[in-house]
Amino acid sequence: MAGFRELKSKSVVLGQTNIDTDQIIPARFLSTTERAGLGKNAFNDWRWQADGTPNPDFPFNQPHNQGRSILLAGRNFGCGSSREHAPWALTDLGLRAIVSSEIADIFRNNSLKNGLLPIVLKEEDVQALMQRPDDELTVDVAARELRSPDGRAYAFPLDGFSQTCLLEGVDELGYLLARHPEIAAYEQHL
Amino acid sequence: MSTPRTLFDKLWDAHVVVPESDAAPAVLYIDLHLIHEVTSPQAFSELKSRGLKPRRPDRTKATMDHSTPTLPAGADGKLPYYTQAAETQVETLARNCAEYGIELFDMASDNRGIVHVIAPEQGFTQPGMTIVCGDSHTSTHGAFGSLAFGIGTSEVGHVLATQCLLQRKPKTMAITVDGELAPGVGAKDVVLHIIGRIGVNGGTGHVIEYRGSTIRTMDMDQRMTLCNMSIEAGARAGMVAPDEVTFEYVRNTPRGPKGADFDAAVARWRELRSDEGAKFDVEVSIDAKDIRPTLTWGTHPGTALAVDAPIPAANDAAAQKGLDYMHFHADETLQGKPVDVVFVGSCTNGRLRDLREVAEVLKGRKVAANVRMLVVPGSEIVKRQAEAEGIDAIVRAAGAEWREPGCSMCIAMNGDLVAPGQLAVSTSNRNFEGRQGPGSRTLLASPLSAAWAAVNGKVSDPRELFSKEVA
Ligand code: SF4
Repeated sequence: MAGFRELKSKSVVLGQTNIDTDQIIPARFLSTTERAGLGKNAFNDWRWQADGTPNPDFPFNQPHNQGRSILLAGRNFGCGSSREHAPWALTDLGLRAIVSSEIADIFRNNSLKNGLLPIVLKEEDVQALMQRPDDELTVDVAARELRSPDGRAYAFPLDGFSQTCLLEGVDELGYLLARHPEIAAYEQHL
Repeated sequence: MSTPRTLFDKLWDAHVVVPESDAAPAVLYIDLHLIHEVTSPQAFSELKSRGLKPRRPDRTKATMDHSTPTLPAGADGKLPYYTQAAETQVETLARNCAEYGIELFDMASDNRGIVHVIAPEQGFTQPGMTIVCGDSHTSTHGAFGSLAFGIGTSEVGHVLATQCLLQRKPKTMAITVDGELAPGVGAKDVVLHIIGRIGVNGGTGHVIEYRGSTIRTMDMDQRMTLCNMSIEAGARAGMVAPDEVTFEYVRNTPRGPKGADFDAAVARWRELRSDEGAKFDVEVSIDAKDIRPTLTWGTHPGTALAVDAPIPAANDAAAQKGLDYMHFHADETLQGKPVDVVFVGSCTNGRLRDLREVAEVLKGRKVAANVRMLVVPGSEIVKRQAEAEGIDAIVRAAGAEWREPGCSMCIAMNGDLVAPGQLAVSTSNRNFEGRQGPGSRTLLASPLSAAWAAVNGKVSDPRELFSKEVA
């Protein structure tokens, strides 16, 4: 997993609430046995018109939004299916952080395993940030805060374990494998 | 005296390998790992690239259900896969299972079906277990008093390699439903009503325990419908404490414990209930008599609404977008909306009880001329049992299609699609934009509501079936 300490980027805004993983990556793109290359289908049905041309109104198609790696999203982002294809598609699209006032459980877990940082802030703070998407924001993983150029710092929750994994780019599997003695002891009693 | 514990606390405590600390989540042991073709290939690739093997292939069971066709093999003996990618995915699962000695219910198996239908049916799902699958509707298995939840593909890899998961302890929520349901109102209406009440994010971070007299009188098929949709309220898992109904169900499964093992298991399972005075973080109570036949009007399951109630005015941009997508207006009722497609099936409502309810409605009646109706059993066993009861004949005589088991139109990955703009009444669990095919419009409903809509060609109130004029 590619981790990071700090991220500086302007943001893309998708203000709608309850954006589910079927919107992030529709089911018909799940017939793959790979992880890579899903970015082109991210938000497919909003992003592409029926004739295959880009929908000019969709934020990810707008020239000024290209290369931005922070998404400001409406409440309850990532609800629905457990498909890890959702964070795979979003990171393939270039995103590294999702900011919302609520992020669904499984999506949140899946994101952290893929170097995509879920940042939960108060609804009013998310709304305020959405007003100024062209501000360059700084995500500081070590300090667990997001800073805007007006000098404001927004603290976000991130448990120590996920923080370490992200800072050091290590994944959870290595940690679990090292617990082999405890797991073997537990299995003795099954 | 020890502190009273909830059912969830008991299950959690019994499976902690390494306790949770500030520095790290708990290491939780997983008793049963279910896998399917869509969310497992990348996990196996990860294992291979690290030179690892599954730790407990004996605790892993596999099936193919999402990308599989629901039409039988053609004259050439080949199954009609929708795409080459779908077929490759299915073959990849078969190869991985063969390589690592994982029991697979493949296309030739008499016991194949939707993962959340076959595991209970076989007796793999048992009270007191921790159960995971790379699939959010794993919450279904909580109906047996197990702790069951969906995970992502990385976690599928973790469980394959270590039989464990890293987890922070969730919060608990008790939802108590008391009283008798009106005729025509079933488990699906109960759970849609609950999601409408607490919201699509009402359960986020929580494990729900369903309690109360209404739940106690439900059979296992109904309890599975209820727990299945816990995830649609954002909950990590849903569960019902096991009782005689649960034990009887498990007793009759081919792969559940037998003889003295079964008796010993039941003695343990009887302890699996929340203690008197156990504290939940959130408690909700619902009166069964307030629940009417319930469908959804919008593009997420939280837009649940009684069939005869007015659609609420949009209170934000997302709700307005939902209304626009569905071509609905505030103050209309769903009742009377012309329907194009009716889908009966999925891990929510593809079990024998659901098909029996549908057959009751279709018997001696015809599906309206403007409606395409698909009935897809949840498993080969459900299909055989239904056929033994003549349900397939009733379905066909009514003019509906009787298909082979699979997820089908619930997720529309296998070519079973609702066309753009068409309105579907579906017994599945998600009405997201495009879920049943690009541009599809979905109303979630109970099997009774779905069948009655098919007959009338429009959304209809299934309570009519129980009034004198119709009966
Ligand atoms: S029936 Fe639908 S919800 Fe259930 S496992 Fe299949 S795709 Fe998922």
